[in-house]
Amino acid sequence: MSDNGVIFSTEALNLWYGKNQALKNINVNIKMQKVTAIIGPSGCGKSTFLKVLNRMVDLVPNVKYTGSVNLQGHNIFDENINLVNLRTRVGMVFQKPNPFPKSIFENVAFGPRIHGKHKKSELNELVEKSLRQAALWDEVKDRLNEPGLSLSGGQQQRLCIARTLANEPEVILMDEPTSALDPAATSRIEDLVRSLRKHYNIIIVTHNMQQAGRVSDETFFFLNGELIETDRTEVIFTNPKDNRTEEYITGRFG
Amino acid sequence: MTEMERNLRNKKIAEKVYFSMCGLFMILTIAVLFWILYDVASKGYSTINWTFLTDRPREQMTAGGIWPAIVGTFYVASLTIIISVPVGITSAIYLNEYASKGTLVRVIRLSIRNLSGVPSIVYGLFGLGLFAATLGLGTSLISAALTLSIMSLPWVITASEEALKAVPQSFREGGLALGATKWQMIRQLVLPNAISGMATGSILALARATGETAPIILTGAAFFLPALPTSLSDRFMAMPYHLYILATQHMSPAQVRPIAYATALVLIAMVMGLNMVAIIWRYQIRKKQTW
Ligand SMILES: Nc1ncnc2c1ncn2[C@@H]1O[C@H](COP(=O)(O)OP(=O)(O)OP(=O)(O)O)[C@@H](O)[C@H]1O
Ligand SMILES: [Mg+2]
Repeated sequence: MSDNGVIFSTEALNLWYGKNQALKNINVNIKMQKVTAIIGPSGCGKSTFLKVLNRMVDLVPNVKYTGSVNLQGHNIFDENINLVNLRTRVGMVFQKPNPFPKSIFENVAFGPRIHGKHKKSELNELVEKSLRQAALWDEVKDRLNEPGLSLSGGQQQRLCIARTLANEPEVILMDEPTSALDPAATSRIEDLVRSLRKHYNIIIVTHNMQQAGRVSDETFFFLNGELIETDRTEVIFTNPKDNRTEEYITGRFG
Repeated sequence: MTEMERNLRNKKIAEKVYFSMCGLFMILTIAVLFWILYDVASKGYSTINWTFLTDRPREQMTAGGIWPAIVGTFYVASLTIIISVPVGITSAIYLNEYASKGTLVRVIRLSIRNLSGVPSIVYGLFGLGLFAATLGLGTSLISAALTLSIMSLPWVITASEEALKAVPQSFREGGLALGATKWQMIRQLVLPNAISGMATGSILALARATGETAPIILTGAAFFLPALPTSLSDRFMAMPYHLYILATQHMSPAQVRPIAYATALVLIAMVMGLNMVAIIWRYQIRKKQTW
């Protein structure tokens, strides 16, 4: 099942926060080795959908979900699924950069360390590799012991990406990773996303149509908890089938 | 002058009056505080010397020093911290990090807050009944320390919970999203950033407990006991109680007044010292914190 080009597939996924249904019967396949953008108006369930994929949504009190979400053929709603393992395979970058109050090095080494890698040489290598992949190495290589929080917002976000990469995940979830950044920092993150797409499956939530157009291969359009349309990004943006998608894309609402 | 201008002017005057009142009361409070300190210091200062700090009371407490009371207070305070801090911090971690945020936890939290308002004499009675009588520990150092611990727990728990709440949620989420277990997350991301707040809160709680008299009178403090306690089941002298005796129970209060003031001064110095440590510590941590 893992070689049909699908990384995640959801079946009849429904989710409620208390009595409020945030996801309604989502059936979708997320393709491998692609950047998938999730767009839709505020409150339509984009973040919720993303947080289901690494079960971070479990942290919300009173959350309830049904259906199934398969990661490479294994249902992540299974009661004996190992959440530590799932979240190591499916990393997440948050909307607001959230480096830990530790050094740059320790931020990146956090994941490997908690997963039992303690050898200094191994950690050094992994930290450098991750920072390089996150296009941050040149800027920080001489100040690895300085606090991660001393970096600029854009650098902090790349540090968070590096921190996620250090776990060597299969999937990276990004929830509006550039919404707290200025245009220059945004474009660096976008370049980074494009460069990472060869090795990782990336799912990115964005409010910015141009961004979705620039970085993604596939686009999902959500509205009021429903998945309205999925297609290749250029199709969604040039020739959407559903007129609600078209209305959203052309800026008539949202 | 238009209606609006007049309104604005009136508001400004009201504001001025209000701020001056606040300032006045603040100055008044500080003045009273300093007056008390000055009074105690001026009357007690000349009695304090090396012998006073290291000798035991002599000649019906009219001479000698307060060494056994200092030691007793030190012992009971240390025991209190050893007992209440681990229990308090663990409870706070459980309440804040593990317990699901339901009605039960709210009720528990509310009860804890209310417990910190219970008069200390009530804790004394409780300690006398539970530790001294029911558990058979007698009136002793350990009974008194347990009683003070129970009394300090609400403060320690509340301060520790505040410290935990001050740690940004984004650290917790970031840790869990990297595949940390809940305990790894707490251990490595929450506690290091909360521990200083917990410690300073605990010191402040201890400072308050150190000055308490009622709970220890009922559970273990002795009127006069020149020998130092050698085991947990011994009774002990303590500064607040010693002060109380000198001030109200002594047969010639006028004669021992300087000793009473000197004792008060030592006690105040100890409590203020603890508070200062906590405040300076907290200040330095705040300065270092970048989030
Ligand atoms: N923790 C929560 N508790 C209760 N309801 C929530 C919670 N998080 C989200 N919701 C609700 O679920 C719905 C979907 O929210 P979600 O955050 O997934 O939207 P979104 O598409 O990410 O919006 P935005 O673009 O503003 O980030 C909304 O109606 C929201 O109010
Ligand atoms: Mg969102």
